[in-house]
Amino acid sequence: MFEIVHKRRLSDAVFEMGVTAPAVARKVRAGQFLMLRVDEAGERIPLTFSDWSAEEGWVRFVFMRVGKTTHKLSHLEVGDALADLVGPLGVPTHTESLGRVAVVGGGVGAAVAYPVARAMAESGADVTVILGARTKDLLVLEDEFRALGLRELIVTTDDGSAGRKDLVTAPLKELCDAAAIDHAFAVGPAIMMKFCAETTRPYSIPTTVSLNPIMVDGTGMCGACRVSVGGETRFGCVDGPDFDGHAVDFEELMSRQRVYTDDERLADAEYTRECSCRP
Amino acid sequence: MPPVERHKPSRAPRTPMPEREAAERARDFDEVALGYDEEQARAEAERCLQCKNPTCIAGCPVNIDIKSFIGHIIDGDYADGVAVLKERNALPAVCGRVCPQEEQCEVACVLARKGEPVAIGRLERFLGDHDLACEIEHRCRPTVGADTGRSVAVVGSGPAGLACAGELRRLGHAVTVYESLHALGGVLTYGIPEFRLPKAIVRSEIEMLAEMGVRFETDAVIGATYTVDELMDDLGHDAVFVANGAGLPVFMGIPGENLNGVYSANEFLTRVNLMRAYEFPSADTPVWRGRKVAVVGGGNVAMDSARTALRLGAQEVFLVYRRSEDEMPARREEVHHARDEGVQFKMLCSPQEILGRDGWVTGLVATRMELGEPDESGRRSPVCVMGSEFTIDCDTVIMAIGTRANPLLSASTPDLELSRRGYIVADENGTTSKPGVFAGGDIVTGSATVILAMGAGKKAARAIDRWLDERAR
Repeated sequence: MFEIVHKRRLSDAVFEMGVTAPAVARKVRAGQFLMLRVDEAGERIPLTFSDWSAEEGWVRFVFMRVGKTTHKLSHLEVGDALADLVGPLGVPTHTESLGRVAVVGGGVGAAVAYPVARAMAESGADVTVILGARTKDLLVLEDEFRALGLRELIVTTDDGSAGRKDLVTAPLKELCDAAAIDHAFAVGPAIMMKFCAETTRPYSIPTTVSLNPIMVDGTGMCGACRVSVGGETRFGCVDGPDFDGHAVDFEELMSRQRVYTDDERLADAEYTRECSCRP
Repeated sequence: MPPVERHKPSRAPRTPMPEREAAERARDFDEVALGYDEEQARAEAERCLQCKNPTCIAGCPVNIDIKSFIGHIIDGDYADGVAVLKERNALPAVCGRVCPQEEQCEVACVLARKGEPVAIGRLERFLGDHDLACEIEHRCRPTVGADTGRSVAVVGSGPAGLACAGELRRLGHAVTVYESLHALGGVLTYGIPEFRLPKAIVRSEIEMLAEMGVRFETDAVIGATYTVDELMDDLGHDAVFVANGAGLPVFMGIPGENLNGVYSANEFLTRVNLMRAYEFPSADTPVWRGRKVAVVGGGNVAMDSARTALRLGAQEVFLVYRRSEDEMPARREEVHHARDEGVQFKMLCSPQEILGRDGWVTGLVATRMELGEPDESGRRSPVCVMGSEFTIDCDTVIMAIGTRANPLLSASTPDLELSRRGYIVADENGTTSKPGVFAGGDIVTGSATVILAMGAGKKAARAIDRWLDERAR
């Protein structure tokens, strides 16, 4: 049912996948996510849409191979099918009348930033995109961003193998200093979003972050995704995933993301051993 | 000759339910109550007086003809007995297990006045299981009415949705059930544990609805994938029954609730029941297996959580409840099961704060309570004893203090009238403020029982049938 119609390896461990899901594709808006299950024993994982076509009835997402589920996902090929795909979930990102905006995408988060930057640009915003990665190989969708008609695309890598040798916060601070932006949107690892929010805070530039807490159902049922925002508990799945970056308790988010680290390592190790014959 | 005229009731005591030993069953997820065999069922059925004017039937929320199905057990006509059950209840093997019979049919049994009532629930389960044990072609298949050419969307495949879908098919309407999760059954699948309600039973009961022509679409979140309006305007349904449940977990709002090791009962049970985390890592979903677990609450969900924690290997499980055992809303049977298995009851204790270190739970601070005057629910309300704080050492806290309405569907259906707390406003037939849209189950009443939700589903099905008829005229 949820047939894989597109697969592209963006780097050693990062993949872009397209799946047939016409009912979902009709509805998606930038910033929303899906839940998928690879097979009958599979866990439900959230992934944010990176692209979609209502006309052709497909949705795309980008994932990094980090654990058992993404490992299994990476082994599927065009013509295979996912057991389940549900969506679109979460509140869409606010992309209207933002004026001058900086969109920051860190690592695989760039794939989430892409439809957000596109929607903002289409609604007439003046968009600067900052893409950051540890190294050149992990930069994704750079060409797609270039085609969007941005004010500027700034690339940073930790090791200087592409673009500036810097963290994303360096160009973000320059934009703040130059009073060149009215709004910031950041998506990527929690620690990156935290420092983006810290960068814009002294300038009081509203900063939206797209959070990635652990989820089970993705529809408000379990509460695994609860995050503290401005001292209140909110559910990432139905109240988010976007929140005010200046109000999010990132330390708590990062702690909660580590609940199953040992289990994840165990599951992946067992899986890798079982399929060590595969590439 | 009908059984009523030749039946001589036995005066034997109530036939005990065969159960697995507490020490053995508390270590696995296999079913606790084993069910009557034929001999036991017959012995229990023969206790029934086959009253001329049976009082038990009015005690059943779906008015099963209890006297008649028990009569068929006495006669050994099990298939006829199943047919009597199925006439009123699409899921007898489920209800025989999870209905609170002691508050419904059994409390109304004439024998209950002087002694122990007939074990109606256990007999229902016996017949339900008898039916499920048959090959599908030999199972009781409710008659489906002639095709009406009309189509109804049912939102949610829990008890209310399934009961409504079955009834609508019997009336000849096309039915599609939309389920947001990947598996059908709603709370029967994600909520009630395997050891109390095996998932194979739920699947088999749903299989018969599919055989009757009910269509099921999983992975469809109404309010996200489709809206209620789209179900009618684009997908061709003439009416919609909303039975999406009260699925959002409630937390206490005390400090420390977002520490690692704090679960909503919903999350804990969903990981274990729906995602089969007890089979991790062969099932991919993990669950944090606490060594000392505190479960907060006194209902069936709290009992299920506590007993599940034991089965995941906890050394100690505490049930923390702010009133006394008499006030606990859980079924007595479940309370006894939990106690026998080793759950430690901490009654009259109210949690104040969850303690943690490095982001993980280390304890639960509670105060002692004493019972004061009865409140509006008639239960004596607990009052805090000043200066009585104490700490329960634990590494896991499970909040089982209730659920509330999920806003996903209602937020996308602006013309649906809601109560102040977000539940859908509907009359006793499920009629809502939006023409063609009916609702029932927990999304209307708040958290209740499986059978009450099923009763609401059946009632709504008849109201939908009438509404479709009237509209056609």
